[in-house]
Amino acid sequence: MKLLLKIWRQDGPKEKGQMVDYNVDGIEGDMSFLEMMDILNSQLIEKGEEPINFDHDCREGICGSCSMFINGEAHGPGRNVTTCQLHMRSFKDGETIFIEPWRAKAFPVIKDLMVDRSAFDRIIQAGGYVSVNTSGNTQDANSIPIPKEDADLAFDAATCIGCGACVATCKNASAMLFTSAKVAQLSLLPQGQVEGKERVINMVNQMDLEGFGNCTNTGACEVECPKGISLDNIARMNREFLSATAKGKK
Amino acid sequence: MASKGLLSSSIARKFAMALSALFLIVFLLQHMSINMLSVLSPDVFNEVSDFMGTNPLVQFVLQPVLIFGVCFHFIVGFILEYKNWTSREVKYAKYKGSANASWMSRNMIISGVVILLFLGLHFYDFWIHEITHKFIEGKDSFIVNGESESGFRFYEELRHKFAGDFPRMILYIVSFIFLALHLNHGFESAWQSMGARSKKYTPIIKKIGVAYSVLVPLGFIFIAAYHYVTQL
Repeated sequence: MKLLLKIWRQDGPKEKGQMVDYNVDGIEGDMSFLEMMDILNSQLIEKGEEPINFDHDCREGICGSCSMFINGEAHGPGRNVTTCQLHMRSFKDGETIFIEPWRAKAFPVIKDLMVDRSAFDRIIQAGGYVSVNTSGNTQDANSIPIPKEDADLAFDAATCIGCGACVATCKNASAMLFTSAKVAQLSLLPQGQVEGKERVINMVNQMDLEGFGNCTNTGACEVECPKGISLDNIARMNREFLSATAKGKK
Repeated sequence: MASKGLLSSSIARKFAMALSALFLIVFLLQHMSINMLSVLSPDVFNEVSDFMGTNPLVQFVLQPVLIFGVCFHFIVGFILEYKNWTSREVKYAKYKGSANASWMSRNMIISGVVILLFLGLHFYDFWIHEITHKFIEGKDSFIVNGESESGFRFYEELRHKFAGDFPRMILYIVSFIFLALHLNHGFESAWQSMGARSKKYTPIIKKIGVAYSVLVPLGFIFIAAYHYVTQL
C-alpha cells in the first residue's frame, strides 16, 4: 500500500509549524497506524532526517497516549478505537492522509504531533479524588452497599483514559466529556458523595480556567470517544454543578 | 476554590442560554398560533391582535420581558461563540465535522445570525410600525384609558405587507427554514444544558423537539405563503 501523508511538523511550542508531505510504501493492511508511523520514522532516520514526534505507550488502547487527528477525525475513521488500535486496512492504496496534533488552546503543541495535556491533570488535581484516611483503619470498600446500576455507571465513566479525543474533536475544544466522566466516576459512589459539591465546582472552574470551550451538545465527543463515554455524564455534571452552585457551596 | 458566581462559569452560561431558549420556544408557539388565526378567521385574528397590542400587561410587562429574552439569547450566544472560537487558536487543516455531528448542531451561530437578520426585517415590517403608530403618533388610546380606537387594522396591515411582494415572501420562508434548523438542535440541546436527560424522557424530548422544529416553522411558512398566494 502506497500512501501520501500530510503531517504537521513543528519544532517546538513557540515555533511556527506547517503541513509536510511524505510518501510511504510497503504498508500492510494489518499494520496499526502507529506501526505505519514507525516505518515512516525509520525511513526518515535512514535519510538523516528528524523523525516525527508522536505520543504512544501501551499500544493496546488503554493508556490514552496516542493522540493523532487523522483525516479530520480524532483517532481516525474508526469508532471506539485509539490511534494504536486503528489499522491501515481502514485506508485505501494511494490515499492521502492528513495527520495533525490535537488542536486546542489548552493543549499546546510540544513538538510535531505531541501536545501538552497537563490541563487534564490540573482538572483532576482540582477535585478528581476521594479523601481517604489511610492510617490503617480504612473501611473495606466491599462493605459499603452500592446499587448495581450505580456501580456500572461509575465504572463506565471510569473507563475514560483521558486521551483528549473529546477536546480534539469538539468544534469548541470543550473538555466537558472528560471532566464529567471524572466527576461521575466518584459522585455516583457513596465514597465520592461526601465531597461531591466541592468536587464538581472546583473541577468545572479549573476546566474553565484552562481555556477549554463551551459544550454545545453536538455529541461529537461521544461518537469519537475510544471508550464510548456517554453524554449522560455531561447532563449529570450540569445537574450537580447547578445544584451545588445554587446552594452556594464552597 | 470557591464558586465563581452563577454566570461566570461555562455551565451556568449555558443554563441561562437554555432558559432563554425555552422561553423563546414558548413565545414562538404562541406567535405562530395567533398568526395562524389570520388564515382561519380574520376577525378573531384582529381581536386577538388587538388584545395583544393594547393590553397593558402584555405591552408593559410581557413585551419588555420578551425583548430582554431575545437580546439576552443573542448576546450570550455571541459571547459563547467568541469563547468557543478562541479555544482553538490554530485550526485543523482537515476537519470532518459531519462524521460525528449534525450540521444543525455545528452551525447554530449561522442559523442564529440568519434569524437575527430576519428579526431586523420583521421589526422593520411590523414592530417599528406598530411602536410608531401607538407610542409616537398616539393613534391608539389604550395608553389613556385602556381602550383601542383602531385595533382592527392588523389583518389589513398583514395582507398589505405580502401583497405582490415575492422577494419578501421568499426572505420570510428562507428565514423560517433556518429557524427550523436552529430549533432542531436547540430544543433538545436546551434540556441537556439544564441537565435534564434520562433514558425514559430524553427520547420523548427528542421527538417533541423534532416535531416542534418542523411544525412551528412550517406554520409560519404557510402563513406567509398563504397571504402572498391569495393576493396574486
